[in-house]
Amino acid sequence: MASVIRGECPSPVPLKEKRLLDVRIAELPSWVLMRDFTPTGIAALPAPFGRGYDRYYNKYVNVGEESVAGVSMVLAACVGFSYCLSYKELQHERLRKYH
Amino acid sequence: MNENLFTSFSTPTLMGLPIIIMIIAFPALLYPTSNRLISNRIRTLQQYLINLILKQMMAIHSPKGRTWSLMLMSLIIFIASTNLLGLLPHTFTPTTQLSINLGLAIPLWAGAVILGFRYKFKTSVSHFLPQGTPILLIPMLIIIETISLFIQPMALAVRLTANITAGHLLMHLIGAATLALFSISTSTALITFIILLLLTILEFAVALIQAYVFTLLVSLYLHDNT
Repeated sequence: MASVIRGECPSPVPLKEKRLLDVRIAELPSWVLMRDFTPTGIAALPAPFGRGYDRYYNKYVNVGEESVAGVSMVLAACVGFSYCLSYKELQHERLRKYH
Repeated sequence: MNENLFTSFSTPTLMGLPIIIMIIAFPALLYPTSNRLISNRIRTLQQYLINLILKQMMAIHSPKGRTWSLMLMSLIIFIASTNLLGLLPHTFTPTTQLSINLGLAIPLWAGAVILGFRYKFKTSVSHFLPQGTPILLIPMLIIIETISLFIQPMALAVRLTANITAGHLLMHLIGAATLALFSISTSTALITFIILLLLTILEFAVALIQAYVFTLLVSLYLHDNT
């Protein structure tokens, strides 16, 4: 009631369920404090990083007819990431006539 | 060339921050878990392999020794997956660092030995003196057996480090040699074949894991049961 007097409309969706983009700025501190994110997702605790892991897993790995594609995308990303990390040392190894 | 050879074994840093913790934790993401009884293909395959290894490993233990199953299975999966991931190009293998292998070997060995000494003191001490030795050799033999006991964790750690590091180095060297000889040719085909063979043999790094856990296992068995 007090919030209506101040001119804000009360939100129909409870604060807990909202995603970050839907939360109003005034509600942001209470949203952050009420964050209940840890037991969400389908396989609750075993997913180490919450929703991101589940989303990737369900979209690419946990399909009906599985193949190596889901896991090998992760491994290719791993190779790319390691290449970026060691680029500084690899700069000198290019194919050229004179080193 | 000399500096380039060993830079792949240095601790990986991202803008000055050591990210080795992320690299060590990464293989755990590749093994999905589920609450269902029957799951998808990858989980079924994973379950099958783990059951196979578990039965093979734990068959010789008494129930007391089998309480170590979780520990040993985690060990073998960790070492196997980090070694296999290290075979991908440019990746960093944590098990090439002696610090990590010592951190694995020493606590596990010490746990097994202390367990044996705590619960079966006479049996553990009796391992220092094999049956039927001539009396004059006894002091000598006890010293030798003690040394061999204390060298066990060092041997475990150094064995793993040396094998993986040597394999990686060899692949680097032979790869560089192949690339250098490519313009000169004739011997390139032979060297490329040697690379291929070496990579295949190096995939028996998994066999090294088997050796690692198995020797650890044998030590546990020996100290715990008989």
